[in-house]
Amino acid sequence: MAALNPPMADRTSGRSPSSGPAGPAVRRPGRPGRPRPRLWRGLVGLVAAVYFLGPMAFSVLFTVDVPREGLTASSYRGILDAEGFWPSLRLTLELAAATIAVTLLLLVPALIAVRLSVPRLRALVEVLCSLPLVVPAVALTAGLGSVLQWGPDDFADTPLFQTFNSLQEPGFPVVLLLAYVLMALPLAYRTLDAGLRALDLATLVEAARNCGASWPRTVLQVVLPNLRGALLNTAFLTLALVLGEYTVSSILGYQPFAVWIVSLGGSNAQVSVAVSVLSLVLTWVLLLLLAAAGRGRAHRTPRATSRRAARRPSRTAPGAASGRTPGREDALPGSANSPRTGGTPPLDPDTLPEKP
Amino acid sequence: MTATEAEAPAPTGRTGGATVEFRGLRRAFGTTVALDGLDLTAHPGELLALLGPSGCGKTTALRVLAGFEQPDAGDVLVDGRDITAVSAHRRGTGMVFQSYSLFPHLTALENTAFGLRMRGTGRAERQRRAAELLDLVGLSHLADRFPHQMSGGQQQRVALARALALRPRVLLLDEPLSALDAKVRLSLREEIRRLQLDLGITTLFVTHDQEEALSMADRVAVLRSGRVEQVAEPGELYARPATAFVAEFVGTMSRVPAERTSSTGTVDVLGMRLPVSGELPAAGELDALVRPEAVALTADPHGPATVVAAAFLGATTRLTVRLPEGTEVKADLPTETAAALPIGSRAALALPERPVLVDHRRVP
Repeated sequence: MAALNPPMADRTSGRSPSSGPAGPAVRRPGRPGRPRPRLWRGLVGLVAAVYFLGPMAFSVLFTVDVPREGLTASSYRGILDAEGFWPSLRLTLELAAATIAVTLLLLVPALIAVRLSVPRLRALVEVLCSLPLVVPAVALTAGLGSVLQWGPDDFADTPLFQTFNSLQEPGFPVVLLLAYVLMALPLAYRTLDAGLRALDLATLVEAARNCGASWPRTVLQVVLPNLRGALLNTAFLTLALVLGEYTVSSILGYQPFAVWIVSLGGSNAQVSVAVSVLSLVLTWVLLLLLAAAGRGRAHRTPRATSRRAARRPSRTAPGAASGRTPGREDALPGSANSPRTGGTPPLDPDTLPEKP
Repeated sequence: MTATEAEAPAPTGRTGGATVEFRGLRRAFGTTVALDGLDLTAHPGELLALLGPSGCGKTTALRVLAGFEQPDAGDVLVDGRDITAVSAHRRGTGMVFQSYSLFPHLTALENTAFGLRMRGTGRAERQRRAAELLDLVGLSHLADRFPHQMSGGQQQRVALARALALRPRVLLLDEPLSALDAKVRLSLREEIRRLQLDLGITTLFVTHDQEEALSMADRVAVLRSGRVEQVAEPGELYARPATAFVAEFVGTMSRVPAERTSSTGTVDVLGMRLPVSGELPAAGELDALVRPEAVALTADPHGPATVVAAAFLGATTRLTVRLPEGTEVKADLPTETAAALPIGSRAALALPERPVLVDHRRVP
């Protein structure tokens, strides 16, 4: 989730990394005339905001400012009634779900296997997964079109003819799914690879195996939960790709959401732009939801988890079963069972002193 | 503590250790031979340290026993049963890794209970046992912490609790203390030993730290190039090393030039005729291997040695003296005695009349 999550606050100091080691910017003596970095940051932020939000604002204005009617939300109200809205949205969401599933099913086991068993193949897998980046969508579509023509041309009298037909079924065009999986591979590979790099995969797997976990349980209960952020990122990027994909579906003659928006633009420009704005908002909402989900329970603060620990009744006093005298660690100032603070944990548990 | 709690069985119980045998174990990685016919037996309930330099095969031996590596040849037996082909998740050994290896998405309690969950133990029972094990390692108050909210020492304690959760009869420790700072290492070392003795689990402990091995183990196996060089109790290993490699790897040794004598099995060292311990090389120039505490050093303005360095070690000070031909010899002296031998002073050397280990002369 490195790309999607906001920077985590420094656990030691509780400050955000952006505030620097000294926290809020402090004017340093001896450099009175030098502009402060915060000013530059603000300026850059403002320019970026104008660049990104300006077109958005004008798009919104275009959809709500109707000549002779003034400001009205009729464009947005008209979306639901627009012809083809629901079929195209349903098709896009179905394709997105299928693309996400196929991409993850294809890549996750492959990348885990490569990392654990044949790391020397990593470079090859990376090249293979990156290839779609250098193939333009138009070229890919032209290739697909040629292959699909083999059906009627060469397989008319064979069972393969039916296969070629079903690949192009308008209800759910598998050919689009295949194209989208190919197009999503570079993004998905990089996201998953970054997630796997962040793990000590071999040790985690060995630890799980040593605890009695079979291979499937190791992957399902140890590897995947720790790849949660990368999986969500992959899902989001794939979803965004499918939502916005136009070239392949348009050339192959299907009408998913993006194609429908463009086709609508010819007859009702305001509704078309309103749909675009809504889809953008929808994408942002998904982004935020995924970022929130990607934080996971392991990123809860020590304070929260320790509070739960303090609420739970302790079965035995620390060290009781082992006959140990509770040491310094057992009654740290600020630890969950500290008599002085009554369960307020220290800010940074990593600085806890060890048992003497 | 209530009567019920007092009568409850220990969280892991005395499992009774198993006999572990490596028989002719061989494992090569490409052209690198990690294990070269390793033969070694760990007796029930003992802590056997595998000691050796990097690349000697000690971790590979442990991984073969855990089932993470398949040997090219040889067998691994636990209580006489050949487990070489048994899958890693069915071996029932507990293992603590060097790099903590806790599952980041699980709390300390969930990490400890993980093995029990894999085994299908009911939720209440596994939570109870995991809590007891955390108590055993003194971390019951951190049960709800995630690994990133704990220090290295705490994580290793949780890893130890997790390894003990399945009541293993064989516990494997793969340099579990090497990533910790000195103070934590010392406390955890004592804790591991206490638990191992309490529970009676056969434990194989891989380390390259001789102090750790000598202080914790019932026996120490010194490995070199995939083979066992010597297996002995720590005291014997230190006092009577079988080979020059063991002598130099375990403790500190100085090499002093030695001369063959006409009488069989003796050498002349520093003007003294001493019997040879172990094998006397048939030909070539020789070095005698001498421990610093065996060297007697006295201030003597006409002595042959010059003090060139001093290292304060607390109760003792280690002096380094240089002989006329350039050989440097280390000697441990009580700090008060060493004060009379400042750097640059002259000294006389003597060795006790005990057998010495000799080796081929090593050209510096």
